[in-house]
Formats: sequence, structure tokens, C-alpha cells
Amino acid sequence: MNAPTDLSRRGFLVTVGAAGATFALSAPAGAAGSYAPTIWYTIDTSGNVVVHVIRAEMGQHVGTAIARIVAEELEADWSKVSFVHVDSDPKWGLMVTGGSWSVWQSYPLYSQAAAAGRITLVEAGARLLGGPPAQATARDGRVTLGGKSIGYGEIVARGDLSRRWSPEDLAKLQPKPATTRRLLGRPAPQRDIPGKVDGSAVYGLDAKVPGMIYARPRLPPTRYGAKVVSIDDREARKVPGFIRALAMDDPSGTVPGLVMVYAETFVAADRAAEALKVTWTPGPGAGVSEADLQARARALIADRSKGGLVVEDPGVDAAFSAARKTVERTYTTSTALHFQMEPVNALAFEKDGVFEIHTGNQWQSLVLPWLAQALGRKEETIVLRTHLLGGGFGRRLNGDYAVAAALASKAIGGKPVKVVWTRADDSRFDSPRSPSVQVVKAALDGGRIVAMQHDCCAGWPTQAMAPFFMPKGANDAPFDPFAINGANHWYSVGAHRVRAIGNDLANETFRPGWLRSVGPGFTNWAVESFMDEAAAEAGADPVAFRLAMLDASGRNAGSAPNAVGGARRQAAVLKRLATKAGWGQALPRNTGLGIATTFGQERDMPTWTGCAARVRVDPATGAVKVEKLTLVIDCGTVVNPDGALAQVEGAALWGLSLALHEGTAFENGQVKDVNLDTYTPLRMGDVPDVEVEFIPSAEAPVGLGEPATTVVGPAIGNAIYRAVGARVRDLPIRPAAVKAAIKA
Amino acid sequence: MTTFRLNGREVTAKAPDDAPLLWTLRDEIGLTGTKFGCGIGQCGACTVHVNGEAVRACITPTSAVAGQAVTTIEGLGGSHPLQKAWIEAQAPQCGYCQSGQIMQAAALLKSKPQPSDADIDAAMTGNLCRCMAYLRIRRAIKLAAGQGAKA
Repeated sequence: MNAPTDLSRRGFLVTVGAAGATFALSAPAGAAGSYAPTIWYTIDTSGNVVVHVIRAEMGQHVGTAIARIVAEELEADWSKVSFVHVDSDPKWGLMVTGGSWSVWQSYPLYSQAAAAGRITLVEAGARLLGGPPAQATARDGRVTLGGKSIGYGEIVARGDLSRRWSPEDLAKLQPKPATTRRLLGRPAPQRDIPGKVDGSAVYGLDAKVPGMIYARPRLPPTRYGAKVVSIDDREARKVPGFIRALAMDDPSGTVPGLVMVYAETFVAADRAAEALKVTWTPGPGAGVSEADLQARARALIADRSKGGLVVEDPGVDAAFSAARKTVERTYTTSTALHFQMEPVNALAFEKDGVFEIHTGNQWQSLVLPWLAQALGRKEETIVLRTHLLGGGFGRRLNGDYAVAAALASKAIGGKPVKVVWTRADDSRFDSPRSPSVQVVKAALDGGRIVAMQHDCCAGWPTQAMAPFFMPKGANDAPFDPFAINGANHWYSVGAHRVRAIGNDLANETFRPGWLRSVGPGFTNWAVESFMDEAAAEAGADPVAFRLAMLDASGRNAGSAPNAVGGARRQAAVLKRLATKAGWGQALPRNTGLGIATTFGQERDMPTWTGCAARVRVDPATGAVKVEKLTLVIDCGTVVNPDGALAQVEGAALWGLSLALHEGTAFENGQVKDVNLDTYTPLRMGDVPDVEVEFIPSAEAPVGLGEPATTVVGPAIGNAIYRAVGARVRDLPIRPAAVKAAIKA
Repeated sequence: MTTFRLNGREVTAKAPDDAPLLWTLRDEIGLTGTKFGCGIGQCGACTVHVNGEAVRACITPTSAVAGQAVTTIEGLGGSHPLQKAWIEAQAPQCGYCQSGQIMQAAALLKSKPQPSDADIDAAMTGNLCRCMAYLRIRRAIKLAAGQGAKA
């Protein structure tokens, strides 16, 4: 029954990635004096290896991770390996950084390319040393045969490296056995860090070119459909440095209704934008509130004809009819902002017939067609220059800000202009995480779940921005896989039905975004809160209740290459977590330990994840203090232990922040919290102890950027229940809700 | 026109008196290590020192530093004990807030060379790290203060 979801990410990646792969593998050898068996790296005559990284750097140190993958298989000397984050080019194929995909996707690509290089170098090196390649070995950038050795640089200079690798040949190359790894799995300082502590790292906002002017956009009253009626710049003209204000014409429909305020400096653009008077006719959604969005979601859920059936086993309805006991609960989550530290911005200009966009972006392949349409030119004449991202978290998967900058430059004849959003503009222009409503129902028998139904309604980012990426459900209706992943869990629950419903009012009112962990950030709030509630109804211990269903039977048995072991590995994570966190031990009054477990982002590449949250609740106020988070994770091979730990620490605290500290609401079609005076992400003073353990594994490496975000919220909710008996079902968890639930 | 000392060197800025120091530093003088985050002094990404005190450059008028000594991340020199500790602890993720974090921590250590956990929390809570690298920032401050690597 997982066929529909299986089509989601992997199917897309194969389809879209195929073109790129062809380019990649038919690449010619490197420029004179260097060797490049594929497009993924070059080696020069001094033995220096430069790895071409197609993923964006946004805090995950992805360049170091990918360079280590290459160095491992190439048997390179790590001190001679460096990397560059490349600009957009069709030859790279799909350029996207998100979904916790980077290492998972890059590992086979780069390791096979590196293995091909090593084999070729060994052959050529052996010939130069005058012996049979079969007896030669490679290590630390040298080929050794008998008592003699030769460096890669010298082989590049003098050897015969004419061997070519077809895509089929490359695909046959197996990575080294885990036991012979010398780099992967061992700590290595992240190469991007020094520039981030001395101020020299260049982010999108820091990019500049001579003659550049600035602009700040004035945002329309609605995300879509607003039209500029009039612009009055009489006050703006009094601002020194103001140049002009222009309504943007966007043939791509990406950023309709923008007015761009140009000035000599950002300060002048900012002030002139404040002084400018613009009237618009609003589009749809101008009066929409958070309550309207939630009400629409409830109505859509009640209509059984809506949505795509992501999982649809036979016998769900019969099982519910026959059940002795059923449990049904409704869970909700509020709108949440990305609030990446660097407000969105981009520098655009035309030079030598090419339109250059300088910005930090997570999905170049998505925004290029929008840019082409907006600019009325071919994609081949547009290039995205890559800079560091001052936070991604999914915000920069949506390159709408790059389109705005391109339009701003186009409107002034291709002159260079840097468009900068203020923080409040960035929040209003965000593609926030949609509010969600979920109804989860189970039939219970013999202390376990025998049938389950999960309906989830939310705004759909993929429908808004990448509709070609939507698979069809069992009822032939398309759905957004990112907005439902997680509901198709690895528990054996008998007949299972999962229905994903797009909130049409949300998609009309705003541009729903992929926010760190996307759907699993709210589906697991429902699934894992519900598992504790169902366990309570069944009179079972929440850990034992879950373990009984993590039996790896049927479709939950798992499969190669990424899900070997299936639910058995999730069960192992949960068992280890229970032991590590002291499950079952007595705790002080008003203190509780709650657990949750998920498979991370998607069934195709499960990251087996568990979290135990220990919280203390003040019954008088409902205030929740998280004292400790314990996480256990099985992500297969750990490429860089310290980097992996950093990702999990950050993702876990994101989960905590989303659970207790963040959340906003739509009011009159706009998010009401636009800056830190009222939007309040986690600060250092509220950071609990965090303990993380990785299960040792040599399985395929999967993603780590998001999985920990998915477990923390429900673990906290479950801990609150165990502390004071209060069940909360709405994220974020506010003290008033906890207090009310204590009384109830 | 505002004349002040910047990282030990006298500079004269043409920016209007009321232009935020942040943008004068970044766009006129060209020191982009100081970052723009919220514009209302609540994220700390723009933290610089004025006469050794941590201030938010995004809400400091340029004219306010006339005749004063301003230090930015570039002025720490790259081998400040905090910068070394930040590398040792592998603290940054995206790194965008880290200039401000380091400048804030430098002001803390100047006034309290051996800060307690509570001192660190109190001093650093105005600096948002959206990657939530707080555990490592805390550890790096302790490393720099010579308190070992205890998280």
C-alpha cells in the first residue's frame, strides 16, 4: 500500500535527475593539466583535489561532508582536498538542498565518481611504476606498488588517464566496505567554520558589484491577485538618495503586486519605502484569519470525498464497525515562521547577455524556470551565483525573492540592484508552515490497534510551488507528499487509511512553505501524541504498546538500500531510548518523562529517531520547563560524527522551539507576528540538557537535518500528560492550554 | 559626516547622522561581518563594541559613535581566544549570527572573565541563534574562559 508514497520523492529525483546524470557522466576529461573522470571533482598535477558541491551551505557543513565522501573512495590525501559550491548550470542536474537529502543523494553519486577516479589512477600509476595494477594500492593520494610509490599529481602529469566510465560502469561500483573506511565516521573540523568566526564568510546579503543600487519592496495586501492602483512618491522624494518607485510586472505570477523602491543606499530605500504611498486592490484572502483556516480544514476533513488516499488498505471501515473500542482525537498546529536570521535578499543584473542572480538558495532547479518566465529569456542565459545562506530551514527552497530581484533589475534595464527585505517584510513575505488540523482514529482490541485512520488537512507547499512533484493517491487524487509524510508510519496497525487534504483557503491566502521537517513536523505531533492516548485507552505502557506494533511485519519489514531492517530498527531505537532515559523510574512531583519515535522524513529514507523529554510543569500557571531531551538515532552510516551531532542538537532544539516558543496566527490575510518583539524562538536561557546517541550502523547514510525536529513536540506533549495528567492537542503548547487541561 | 575610530583606525563616514551604524559599517565602509537580522535590536546579529561595550548597531545612529572607538568582528583579529574556542567547539552552523554572538561573548568575558552558567545565559539571551547552536556557543564561551569543555 505504499506504492503511492514511493513515487513521491524518489520517483521525482530519478525523473528529474536523469537528465543531469547524463550530462554528468559524459563529461570530458578536465582542462589541460588536470584530471576529471566526471564533473564532480578535478585533480591537478600537484595532487590537489577540488570537489564540486552542488548543495547549498546553510549550516550543515555539507561541503566538508561531500568532500570527505570523495576523499574516502578516491583514497585522497585529505589535506589536499578542497571544495567549491558551484553556480547553477544544467550540467549539474537537479540542484536542491533540502529534505535531509544531501548526504543520502550525494553519497552514491560522489562515491562512485571517486571510486572510478581511484581505479583509473591506480591503473595509470601501476603502469608508470612498471607493474600490474592488480598488485597496486592507493592511499593518501599515492599509488604504491612493491616498494615504490607515486603521487596522484604526478600520475595526472605523466600518466595515461584516458579510461572513460560509462554511466553503467559507474553504477556497478560499490563503495568500500565500512571496515576499510579511513575518513567517514571519524571527526574532521568543518572547513566552512573559520570564515564564519572571523566575519569573512560571504552570505547573499554581503554580495556586491560596482555600481549597485538598492531596493526595498513594498508588499501588496495579499500574496496573490493584488493589483497596484496608484503610487504616490511625493514624500518618498524627500528622502535623500531615493531614486524611484516602480510597480513590478511579473509574467511568471510568482510575486504579483510588488512595488520596488530604488535608492542609492539600503537606508534610503528603507525610508523611502516607508514614506511611499501605494494603493492596491487586494486579491483573495484579505480577510482570512487563523480560525477561518482551521474551520476550513475541519470542513474539508468532514467531507470524505476530499483529498488523496495515501494509504488505503482494504477493510478499514469493516474493522472499525467490528471494533469493541474506538478512540478518536483531533490535533491542531498553528502557523509557524521560518525566521531564518538573514532576511531574504538577492542581487540581480545583466552582464554580457547573461542575467546573474547572486543569492543564497536551496533549490536552483525550481527557481530557474520562474526566472526565465519572469525575465522573458531562456534559462541558459540565467545563472544563480551561489553564496552562503544565513539559514535555510526550507525558506530558501522557494526562490520567490530571487524573482523579485530579477524583475527589479529588468525594470531598470538590467542594472545591478540588491533587493533587501526588512525583517517585518521577510515575515510577511514568508512561506510559513501552514496551520494543520488532523483527526486520528483507531480501533482497539486486545490491547493493541487493529485499524487506524488518519486525516490531515493543511496548506500544501508542493501544490503551490512544485505541483509536478505530487503523486496520486489510491483514489487517483493528487496529494502533497511533504505535507503528509509521517502519517504513513511503520507501526503495524492492521487496516490503515491515511488521507491528505489540501487546505484550499490556505493555498489561496498565502504561499505555504516547506519548513524544517515539513509534514512530519505536524503529522507526528498527531501520530505520537495519539499513540500515548491510545495506549492509555488500552491500559498499556506507551513504550510496550509501540514496541508491539513495531514488529517489522508485512510492508514494515523494510528493504534495501535505504530501509534495511525496517521497523525492527525503529524498535531498537525505542528500546535503547527507554533504557537511556530511565523510562519507568520514579520522578519528582509535577515532573514527567514523555517519549516519541518517528522515522524522520520519509519511508524511502527512514532515519529511525526517538526522543524522551523530561519536563516539569507548574500546575499553578501551566508553565512547562523542559529539563532534558534524550535522543537516540539510527541514521545508518554517520559521515561525520560531530557534524551529525550538531545537526541533531539544532534540529531537536527546533522541535522544542516550535513546541513551546513559536507559532503565529493569520489576521486579515497576514501573519500577525513579524518580528522578535512578538515572535519568540528559543533563546539560550531556555535550552535544556540535550543528550544524543547514534546507533552504530554501516547501512546507507540517510538524512539528519530534520528528523530530530519531528519527535520533540510529541515527546513534550506526552511528558506533560505524565507530569500532571493534562493532555494538550494544539501546537504550540501555551501555559494557558496546559492549565486548562489540568482542570479539565 | 561622522568621524570615529574603527578597529583602531580613524574613519569618516558620509552617511546621514541618523543612519544606523550597521549599514554604515556594511555598505559604506565595507565591513560585512556585522549582520542584519531584525532591525529592532532584538536578535543580536549586529552586535559591535563601542568603547568595549556590546551595542546593537542596527539601532545605533551613526552620529552616536562620533569620536568613539568601535570594534567589529573584523577587529577581533581572527585569533581572539573566543574565535579559537568557537572553532574548537565547532560552534557555528549557518554562521550568520556568530559575529554578533562572539562580540557579545567578548564583552561578557571582559566584564566577567569566569562567567557562571547563569551569567552566560543572561548575557547571551539577547542573541538569537536560529540554527539553535546554543549548546556549542555555551561550550565555546567556557572554553575561552578556560573552564574546560563541559557542555
